[in-house]
Amino acid sequence: MLNLVRASMAALFCATLTASPFALAQELPATLKKIKDSGTITLGHRESSIPFSYYDDKQQVVGYSHELALKIVDAVKRELKMPNLQVKLNPVTSQTRIPLMQNGTIDLECGSTTNNTERQRQVAFSNSIFQIGTRLLTRKDSGVKDFADLKGRNVVTTAGTTSERLIRKMNEEKNMGMNVISAKDHGDAFLMLESGRAAAFMMDDALLFGEIAKARKPGDWAVVGKPQSFEAYGCMLRKDDPQFKKVVDAALADLMKSGQINKIYAKWFTSPVPPKGLNLDFPMSPELQALFKNPNDKAIE
Amino acid sequence: MNYNWDWSVFFREVPSGGETYIDWLLSGLGWTLAVAAAAWLIAFVLGSMLGVLRTLPNRVLSGIAATYVEIFRNIPLLVQLFVWFYVVPELLPRELGNAIKQMDPTTSQFLTAFVCLGLFTAARVCEQVRAGIESLARGQKNAALAVGLTLRQTYRYVLLPMAFRVIVPPMTSEFLNIFKNSAVALTVGLLELTAQTRQITEYTAQTFEAFIVTTVLYLMITMIVILAMRWVEKRTRVPGYIGTN
Repeated sequence: MLNLVRASMAALFCATLTASPFALAQELPATLKKIKDSGTITLGHRESSIPFSYYDDKQQVVGYSHELALKIVDAVKRELKMPNLQVKLNPVTSQTRIPLMQNGTIDLECGSTTNNTERQRQVAFSNSIFQIGTRLLTRKDSGVKDFADLKGRNVVTTAGTTSERLIRKMNEEKNMGMNVISAKDHGDAFLMLESGRAAAFMMDDALLFGEIAKARKPGDWAVVGKPQSFEAYGCMLRKDDPQFKKVVDAALADLMKSGQINKIYAKWFTSPVPPKGLNLDFPMSPELQALFKNPNDKAIE
Repeated sequence: MNYNWDWSVFFREVPSGGETYIDWLLSGLGWTLAVAAAAWLIAFVLGSMLGVLRTLPNRVLSGIAATYVEIFRNIPLLVQLFVWFYVVPELLPRELGNAIKQMDPTTSQFLTAFVCLGLFTAARVCEQVRAGIESLARGQKNAALAVGLTLRQTYRYVLLPMAFRVIVPPMTSEFLNIFKNSAVALTVGLLELTAQTRQITEYTAQTFEAFIVTTVLYLMITMIVILAMRWVEKRTRVPGYIGTN
């Protein structure tokens, strides 16, 4: 009994110790220096964020964000005059991406990461690379045309997303009597929609189009409703590293101003993409066009 | 590592307003305890019955129990939960399946999670009970039958009172496991403790604070369980058997 109490005290003590800032005070070297010294740059990528960063049918990482990441790597090679720089790929999830960035496992993450002020406390963001609106995915014959049609029905969304906050808030404010289900990831959320547990799936529109591209019968599904919010995606890098951020931002601004970005956009959003060769048919929004004309790293709140 | 510590994060108001992140943790804790307790009820009752069946001289009955154990012990818990939640409603008659799917989501998630966890753990409890009964000297059963007790009476008055006391230590482990395993409920969308922790991480980007507090909470739950089971162990100790110093 006494031993037990002692053991638990020891465990708690260890926990507090790790939690103290002193144990972690060891600073990482600036990213560019780290890349130069090790001869490698490690990119964080997603496994199923279609069409941003995901595995294709040959288990290769592909996607819009990944292609931009590779362009940034080219710029880093030029900056450091290291044409043989090695690129390592490290898969991340929405839970692991920030800690892995902070502890130096990955140097750059381009996926579907929203730039917001909470995250800016932990990491930095590049010039925004994409902009989404939060909308609804539903079966074409479900009768759901907009958010108002969801009264009294089950709606699924992914846990921890802006969509979740918005739909819960809307439910309370407008007294809509919806049952909001929080699925653990986009794939699970779509499964709940597909199996009939929910009438609609609220999420970033680009990801919804991505889910359609993965679906067994893409023709059954439609993205509907007026966007409830807009969010900017950015590439994530370590905080307080102005030299590296400058290289990343300049590389992205070049792509946007030279118009190269339009080709990359067309390749992933208005042409057939792996794994099923489906065209997302997602034309560039006026907001995104404005962003490309005037690259910036601002969060939309 | 350049991490920005901020322990005040728990007292911040959540984005939808009206509560703080502490409330999320507490509600998560509540669901974790509810799932684990409800599942334990199923696991203990069903597991004990199956454990007795496995030791009966009747081949059919012990065969049924053995089959149950092999099925529920050999399929990963996550897969079982997936089957109960997504596959079973499709196998039922269409109307019944749809009724289940249109139920209040939290209710259906909770029901699926504790039934699944209970049935899974029952297989493990069954094996503990069987081991307890089989660990007793064979002479006890023979003697009980020889003095004229029926088989039912032999179990009720001779075998089970001993077996249950012998297996308190391994049952403590099963009881602890059920609390920790209850985290699988997050895969069907139930916002239990681990799910709430992940959610706080997503909303605030303060990963370590959230997970440290949750670790301590799990530690406290298991510590309380251990202390309670120690007490049970002391009270039910059989003189001259394991656990007596």
